[in-house]
Amino acid sequence: MAQPYPFSAIVGQDEMKTAILIAAVDPSIGGVLVLGDRGTGKSTTVRALAALLPPMKAVAGCRYGCDPADTSSRCEQCAALKPEGRAPRTHTIPVPVVDLPLGATEDRVVGALDLERALSQGVKAFEPGLLAQAHRGFLYIDEVNLLEDHLVDLLIDVAASGENVVEREGLSIRHPARFVLVGSGNPEEGELRPQLLDRFGLSVEVRTPEGLADRVEVVRRRDAYEQDRAAFVEAWKKEDERVRRQIVAGRKRLASVQVPDAARQRISALCMALGTDGLRGDLTLMRAARAMAALDGDAEVGDAHLRRVAAPALRHRLRRNPLDSTGSTSRVDRAVSELMGA
Amino acid sequence: MTLTERPALGADAALAAALLAVDPAGLGGLHLCAGAGPERDAWLALLRRLMPAGSPWQRVPLHAGESALLGGLDLAATLQAARPVLQPGLLARADGGTLLLGSAERTPALVASLLASVLDHGEIRLQRDGLSQRQATRWLLVALDETVLESDSPEDALPAALSERLALHLDLRSTRPGPPGEAPPADAAADWTHADVAAARLRLPGVELPDDCLQALCATALVWGVASLRAPLMAVRVARAAAALDGSRTVTQTHAEIAARLVLAHRATRCPPEATEPDDTAEQPEAEAGEPQDNDHTPQDTPPPEPDDPATESADNAPDPSARDPMQERLVEAVRAVLPAGLLAALRAGTLAGQPPSRGSGQAGAVLRNTPRGRPVGTRRGDPGRGQRLHVLDTLRAAAPWQTLRRPPGGPEQLRVRRDDFHVVRHRQHRPTTTVFVVDASGSAALHRLAEAKGAVELLLADCYVRRDRVAVLAFRGQQAEVLLPPTRSLARARRELAALPGGGGTPLAAAIDAARTLALQLQRSGATPVLVFLTDGRANIAHDGTPGRAQAGADALTQAALLRATGLTALLIDTSPQPADAARSVAQGMGARYVPLPHAGATGLSAVVRSVLPSP
Repeated sequence: MAQPYPFSAIVGQDEMKTAILIAAVDPSIGGVLVLGDRGTGKSTTVRALAALLPPMKAVAGCRYGCDPADTSSRCEQCAALKPEGRAPRTHTIPVPVVDLPLGATEDRVVGALDLERALSQGVKAFEPGLLAQAHRGFLYIDEVNLLEDHLVDLLIDVAASGENVVEREGLSIRHPARFVLVGSGNPEEGELRPQLLDRFGLSVEVRTPEGLADRVEVVRRRDAYEQDRAAFVEAWKKEDERVRRQIVAGRKRLASVQVPDAARQRISALCMALGTDGLRGDLTLMRAARAMAALDGDAEVGDAHLRRVAAPALRHRLRRNPLDSTGSTSRVDRAVSELMGA
Repeated sequence: MTLTERPALGADAALAAALLAVDPAGLGGLHLCAGAGPERDAWLALLRRLMPAGSPWQRVPLHAGESALLGGLDLAATLQAARPVLQPGLLARADGGTLLLGSAERTPALVASLLASVLDHGEIRLQRDGLSQRQATRWLLVALDETVLESDSPEDALPAALSERLALHLDLRSTRPGPPGEAPPADAAADWTHADVAAARLRLPGVELPDDCLQALCATALVWGVASLRAPLMAVRVARAAAALDGSRTVTQTHAEIAARLVLAHRATRCPPEATEPDDTAEQPEAEAGEPQDNDHTPQDTPPPEPDDPATESADNAPDPSARDPMQERLVEAVRAVLPAGLLAALRAGTLAGQPPSRGSGQAGAVLRNTPRGRPVGTRRGDPGRGQRLHVLDTLRAAAPWQTLRRPPGGPEQLRVRRDDFHVVRHRQHRPTTTVFVVDASGSAALHRLAEAKGAVELLLADCYVRRDRVAVLAFRGQQAEVLLPPTRSLARARRELAALPGGGGTPLAAAIDAARTLALQLQRSGATPVLVFLTDGRANIAHDGTPGRAQAGADALTQAALLRATGLTALLIDTSPQPADAARSVAQGMGARYVPLPHAGATGLSAVVRSVLPSP
């Protein structure tokens, strides 16, 4: 698809769009999981993201696209590059948004021996896989709940360590692989393994819009897009540009956003009230609220930000009671309104 | 030929074929319900005639694996060229043509998702065998659903992920012509010619769509309870194609009606009030009927219901009948006109339990994971043979680095593979268990017992994703046994489908054992290990043929129990009566089941007992 559907032309689905923008502002948030009905524009949104992200600087000639400013996590080549303190040459590349399609085999995900060179020249060379391609960008898995278990294990491992270690076919390679994992799926197709669920920083529920006006607008825009893609994308260019500026400004502001003690207490109280397991919930909630404030152009985190990110940051971390059919979303909402007032 | 206002079904079938041929990429395809036979052949022949001459016509066999569908490394060519050569898969070879999915109702979830992803993106994204490629691919998918009306196992249905993306639906089962020998309905079809379609295809990009048509289609979809937004979008495309076919530059009401009829009708999940009835009487029963349906049997693609969401929706947005605009009115009626009477009645009563698109598809994926050989999960070094299959690519990879060393100086340029390069495919051996609860829903204790079973099902499901196991529920009461919950792994689905449980009536134990045995054998064939859990007091009072009578019922139950025992299936009988008695014990002995008296079990106790008989993972 040469011209993806513009991000700003997506009708409604604010929670999903916000969660994706938060991940774009603060990649350390730990990924976004989008679960919900069919035909709600889950994959359209993620694909739209690629066109939206401002390009980034990378070390010229590095096959992993290492960050010239980051000296701590670099591939072996780049680490060897600057012993004498000279800055490496750089170039600008688009932020990768890599698709992990169904039916992908392990060798293409982690990378493997370059068969062509091995066969023709007898050279043992490494051919980087999708994890390498996704470094510093996004790795998108549609139908994440249908993914093979052994691939899931592998992704969990790499997502946690930020590094891909390949030990196969006589190769011994390690390279950085820091990416934002974005998964989408329909819960009816099967449950997601709890280990993977927990890896996602934010979890979003999407629903088909129910109001007629919204539905008409979705169909109208989609139809216009299909009739003339170039014109449609052009018409939304300005809006997309505005969102891009919001991301850039948010990233700049992120480091300076303050989290006052009052907000920290709110976060702990909320997590305690909900009984989330471990500290990951507190941490994610704080980061998400901070990114939210940065996106909004605010100097410090307040209740308004917490309110907007509480559900996506916490709903998948509640301990499940199989006999209680109350949705996690309403449990989070209840806790929020008890704590901060309706 | 011009478009008729309200044509016979045969003409609609022909129209569907013509529309598909006009905009194959936009419409995705068609869900064709028909057994193999002359009607189906006639329709397929028509479609083939209308599609561009010489375009691919490719059948997808049910057993086709990922590599056959997507493509992979062409071994012979790779060795010859000394560089990786791609062998295009089935899906790529059908580009620009028609793909026929046989026995579509048994499509595994994974295959369905692969097809859906190509339909969505118009390209195959290949990341396999060291190859990374995108191939633009567009085809028309015809899903040949061979489900026999109301007689097949509830497990078989075209996965919703797929039916959702196919614009049209055609059921040739209901249009069976009278006596054999009469011409099949394809006669009406002969009127569409290849030239009509070719002209329409040229006209299609210029067809205008008035906004009121678009709004009316969206509103109609909402009124009929079609939740997914793909449906109105498909309807818009069909309307355009119909206009193009009609030689019109603008979509008119006639075309919108065709779209409503062909795209929205089969997706309907509830019935809007009749337009002719006065307002208040019509709205009232509708709202009442709508609610229970939405809570209990909401089809998969309807949003999780807040009580009465569509009902309030129709009140707020899709205005009540008197306020509907005339175009929308016509469209709503166009849908009503083609719905079979039985379906319409079910929609009206809000009891649409088993509408095909609502059926799950997760279970098919589990079946695929358990082909008798198990699913390939990587490779290991080893010799092929004794059931071990050689993994060519990894063997090559292992051999490749050594080629320069192994080649004698001046020797011929050929690949030298040694025995220690051999890699074989590893398969996953674990066969997941499917626990089938057979619940006695008769008499007064029924509700209590069903609630316990439901609790146990949810507790088991809550931890079964670890083992990829499934659970099914079969209830028996009155004169027969019915599947309340088809085998599933989805907790969300179980909770929804078990929300309303029928209870009361006689105890047809024999019929229940029979049904349980049939289901279990079916599961066994598909690669799962069934475990049967009976919850009953064992006091049968309905014989196998449905007649009341305690003596005959008891004898029948023991006969069926013996049949079950002969299959060697694992079974457990939990005696739920307040005073455990001999009746249940003797049935348990008859079927070779473990007997556990648990008068006041509760969900937790029940699931603990069941867990103890499950094979360890």
